Amino acid sequence: MARVGIIDYGVGNLRSVEKAFAAVGCDAVVSADENVLLTVERLVLPGVGAFGACMRALTERGFDRLITERVAHGTPLLGVCVGMQMLFEESEEFGRTLGLGLLRGRVKRFSDDLVVPQVGWNQIRQRLTHPLFDGIADGAFFYFVHSYYCEPADSSVVLGETDYSVAYASVVAHENISGVQFHPEKSQAAGLRLLANFARAD
Amino acid sequence: MLAKRIIPCLDVDRGRVVKGIRFVSLVDAGDPIEQAKRYDAEGADELTFLDITASSDKREIVAALVRRVADEVFIPFTVGGGLRSLEDIRAVLRSGADKVSLNTAAIEEPELISKGAEVFGSQCMVVSIDARRRNPSDAGEGWSVFTYGGRKPIGLDVVEWAIETERLGAGEILLTSMDCDGTRNGYDLELTRAVSSAVRIPVIASGGAGNLNHFYQALTEGGASAVLAASLFHSGEYEIADVKNYLRARGVVVR
Repeated sequence: MARVGIIDYGVGNLRSVEKAFAAVGCDAVVSADENVLLTVERLVLPGVGAFGACMRALTERGFDRLITERVAHGTPLLGVCVGMQMLFEESEEFGRTLGLGLLRGRVKRFSDDLVVPQVGWNQIRQRLTHPLFDGIADGAFFYFVHSYYCEPADSSVVLGETDYSVAYASVVAHENISGVQFHPEKSQAAGLRLLANFARAD
Repeated sequence: MLAKRIIPCLDVDRGRVVKGIRFVSLVDAGDPIEQAKRYDAEGADELTFLDITASSDKREIVAALVRRVADEVFIPFTVGGGLRSLEDIRAVLRSGADKVSLNTAAIEEPELISKGAEVFGSQCMVVSIDARRRNPSDAGEGWSVFTYGGRKPIGLDVVEWAIETERLGAGEILLTSMDCDGTRNGYDLELTRAVSSAVRIPVIASGGAGNLNHFYQALTEGGASAVLAASLFHSGEYEIADVKNYLRARGVVVR
């Protein structure tokens, strides 16, 4: 099984992600060391808090280039929460902030009529069959905490959708790039299964 | 659909559960990990740990507990109780907690909410508000904020303080009715409604759950996003699944 590198760029608590991989028998390491991140076989890009702060912290360490280069060479990447949002071109958080631009589209704020952030367990409607969903029931609940959501320009990358007044893209994938808006490491059995699927998929 | 959340609360002192479910099947009912795992298996949506450790090495004791929970339980959990500084918050989050809840410290130093939100994100900043009616028989006179322990009002209106905490960057409000807490006569629905309709962040209702319908009322009439209970689960009278089955049968979306 592939070794997973969880990118540590000083944002958020990564211990839970590492332990969740460990709980399903996957070899995962949290690292801020470029040499490690250049040799692992898969990358996880976590992220919590503000999009702009996450992008700044990522670029300050040069990890934006590292991610872009590794992805171009075919390394599988999984963005989690704000890590998924950063895969896209830009976010409307605090005006306009540029993302990594690995996927086309942007990140928008939920409507002001809603309770924001969305906090809690919501369902994923599986639009496509994909190895990430192996063994996970259509409509399974996952744990979300977010105020912004991704709006891909190309709807064919949308693997899963979630309803929160709007139906939005909660799981995306295009070739070796994938992202989930929820926290798999906090989503009990279904979340652990998704992490295992990412670590094991060909 | 976003599910309504059921959150059991565990009181811990020096890393041991002092108020939690008395599961007869547990080898060690005072072990927070055993209790957390059991709640997880029963379908709890989150866990809240209220730490009451009074000790000079409190920070280390709490961090050790949080690490153990985070390593073995894969649902979100909040830690509250005596967190007074950014360093206290950092220690708990770095150890693996998903959220912290602030009470007295947030009142004494409101900037702690905004600083915490700026550094760690709003999603992990829960502000806990202890509310008491100005006139027990008339909700129209409003509610006053009491500091933890509830010995004296501090001249703050609950709804105004809730709005202020949202402005400062709180991600959720844990709202406890001190009038109802421990009575088992139900949540203060007027209080819950007053706060949930004044803010746009999620409100967790707390204090007063005595039967299954009380949960239903807080989540519907009260407009709460989640309900927290301690003693009802503590007594073993109801399991989380009982609450969820009841709510599901009445059309409330639960996981």
